[in-house]
Amino acid sequence: MIVRLTRYFAAAVLALAFGSSPATAQELVIALSTPITTLDPHFHNLSPNNAMARHVFETLVRTDEAQRKHPGLAESWKALSDTEWEIRLRRGVKWHDGSDFTADDVIATFERVPKVPNSPASFAVFVRPISKIEALDSHTLRLETATPHPLLPSDLSSVLILPKAVAETAKTEDFNSGKAMIGTGPFRFAEYVAGDRVAFTRNDSYWGTKPHWQKVDFRMISSAPARVAALLAGDVQMIENVPTADIPKLKSDARVGLSSAVSNRLIYLHMDSGREKGSPFVTTAGGKPMEANPLRDPRVRRAISQMIDREAIASRIMEDQAVPAGQLLANQFFGTSEKLVPDRYDPDAAKKLLAEAGYPDGFGLTLHAPNNRYINDAAVAQAVAQFLSRNGIATKLETMPSNVFFSRATKLEFSFILAGWGAESGDTSSPLRALLGTWDPKAGMGAANRGRFSDEGLDALIAKAVTTIDDTQRASMLAAASEKAIELMGIVPLHYEVSTWGTRRGLSYKARADQYTLAYDVLPDK
Amino acid sequence: MTVFVLRRLAQTLLVLFVTSVLVFGGLYLVGDPVEILVNPTADQIEKDRARVALGLDKPVLEQYWLFLKGASSGNLGNSFVHARPALEVIFERMPATLELAVLAMLIAVALGIPLGLYAGLRPDSFGARAIMSGSILGFSLPTFWVGLMLILVFAVTLGWLPSTGRGPTREFLGMQLSILSWDGLRYALLPAVNLALLKLSLITRLTRAQVREQSLLDYIRFARAKGLPERRVIGVHLLKNILIPLVTVIGLALGSVIAYAIVTETIFAWPGMGKLVIDSIFLLDRPVVVAYLLVVVFMFILINLVVDLLYSVLDPRVRVAQARR
Repeated sequence: MIVRLTRYFAAAVLALAFGSSPATAQELVIALSTPITTLDPHFHNLSPNNAMARHVFETLVRTDEAQRKHPGLAESWKALSDTEWEIRLRRGVKWHDGSDFTADDVIATFERVPKVPNSPASFAVFVRPISKIEALDSHTLRLETATPHPLLPSDLSSVLILPKAVAETAKTEDFNSGKAMIGTGPFRFAEYVAGDRVAFTRNDSYWGTKPHWQKVDFRMISSAPARVAALLAGDVQMIENVPTADIPKLKSDARVGLSSAVSNRLIYLHMDSGREKGSPFVTTAGGKPMEANPLRDPRVRRAISQMIDREAIASRIMEDQAVPAGQLLANQFFGTSEKLVPDRYDPDAAKKLLAEAGYPDGFGLTLHAPNNRYINDAAVAQAVAQFLSRNGIATKLETMPSNVFFSRATKLEFSFILAGWGAESGDTSSPLRALLGTWDPKAGMGAANRGRFSDEGLDALIAKAVTTIDDTQRASMLAAASEKAIELMGIVPLHYEVSTWGTRRGLSYKARADQYTLAYDVLPDK
Repeated sequence: MTVFVLRRLAQTLLVLFVTSVLVFGGLYLVGDPVEILVNPTADQIEKDRARVALGLDKPVLEQYWLFLKGASSGNLGNSFVHARPALEVIFERMPATLELAVLAMLIAVALGIPLGLYAGLRPDSFGARAIMSGSILGFSLPTFWVGLMLILVFAVTLGWLPSTGRGPTREFLGMQLSILSWDGLRYALLPAVNLALLKLSLITRLTRAQVREQSLLDYIRFARAKGLPERRVIGVHLLKNILIPLVTVIGLALGSVIAYAIVTETIFAWPGMGKLVIDSIFLLDRPVVVAYLLVVVFMFILINLVVDLLYSVLDPRVRVAQARR
């Protein structure tokens, strides 16, 4: 005890002597890995922006660390029919300027969302299904959708609510300057220096649980080793995206603690199952051009899946910051199937399947992957290519920065890619529709179906599930659709990424599946 | 002299035009900004909307024409992600980069020239050997590694200086500067040293080589023979003559420290232009990248012009007009 006290004393003296961060018990400094691009909550739909805005603004429906839905600014919501919803708003909530939160604010916000000028990634998708909105009284809303839309509560959890006056007049730069940063959230805006820092102070009149921290300072430190160093030096009390290479070292360091959670992001392989012949990177085993496209055969795709040792990738390359995947989202999420487990590493079965499909001598492929988008993406792609090459599919690897990769992949320039999908709604319908639904821009299906996988039976299952309002029924329909998708191996799931936060000793973070870093979820140990 | 400056400025316009074509075309070939900017979960309707909102639905030649039209009135376009004029975004970050660059160059010059003089005048001494070996390390060790080591030693282990970030700023001549107070300067020291190291080695070695060469020349011998004090021989005659190549190198070094401090800025999370341009390239934020490179090219041309003018001040034999040929 005495030793420990002396040590604290020494640290305090040092801190005073050199003036390093005067971390009082109520001040928190957090290092983020990606700079936010704006504070306007409706301008650029990007995870770091969304997480930051959640300190000041709130949504009607709130999601917890496992993406389960809870009342936020809405006390309750219910479907009156397939296309009508009633939402009761929370009473007694005050904006940071002291005025009352009412239904008019929500209506004005929903009107602003699709109309933010020059938005590179808008939130319009979340309000588009709403065809009509009216206030029954100051705290009750009635919403209509054009078609049955069970994801409405989930959409509502993505739209941050502004006061009417702000929603009607504020421009994006007014948020960046702080003028329009009037929310209902647990923190008030204090300072924003683009690319450098964001600071908040506690909102002492917050309606919910008041956060522990009087003052929060976010610093943008994109270099991973520098982030770790800042944590070890005590300049910051928490960092996000701890690099996998440092995890063993940090685990044994008494000064820090780690908090991690399985994220909603799946890393998967997409195979060209669209083109009947002439897929650009399919060759014979000897490397000569090949007309037929073996990737169209589900047996070949299953063989690819069985040739990969997911456990080895998760433990060796990802340092256990990944969980082997057998479906589209980790089991605890909505609409997953309990029957699906990751394919076992089984080269013999894979070779048999290849032979059945008519390729006893294998064939050649090139795997394309981004090298700066996902955790250790290039190394994972390399492991996949080696597993396939060892087991009869001669696979070359080409990696590139994500800004080049995604443009080319969307133009279908590749035959075989590694990519990732974050289901922001925490709902299996997201990857099912985007990755496995038949490509149909008008219907909003297959938006990221870069393998052009298509199966009528699966499309029907998805279509039915996404218009079923009842949650229990919908969950089982989505599970059935997942089983069908995996049976046909429309994509080969590899692993779910685990996100890890590092904190100074004495603090812990309620690690979140949506990878948001939220200051009010950082708590001192009791 | 005036003709010389005017001619230089005309060349500048041509260079800026060529740069804009190359960067614009290059980025167009790299990829589609919409693919990177829109949320991956967005559908086609949202992608099309974003394409129109950012003006990317038009043919590339028309996009370039619109850019030129804006550029002729000083508007280099709006940043895709920041929704503000690209130049504004860049100039907002410029003070951070400038103060770091100036601090780094001050360290490099203030240490480099004396060290180089010493090593040149006493080439066989132990000190000179140590300086020369040290300078080899200075420019052969990779910047990012040295940066991390500095953090590890001075921030993590010793805890003397903050590991990353920029300190509190003060307004000075309309710019937000952090190095004017000790509190802010503490943050700038490590990155400035990191940035200075390479230039320091360069200046030290160049000074030494110049000193060695010039010391053997007749005018130095003559000055000594005349019985001038050593201080005057070195301080006036020698120093003045070795300055000409040094000024060129220092000018270019300053330019590259301002424009390409990217590695240091990234490691130390220094919110300068280098970090901005890297982020912008990853996001394919074309207006910012194009504007940045134009600003950088312009800056280099300006620095070169100043260097040329300085020559004639340092050495009256060099007439600016000669540069015409």
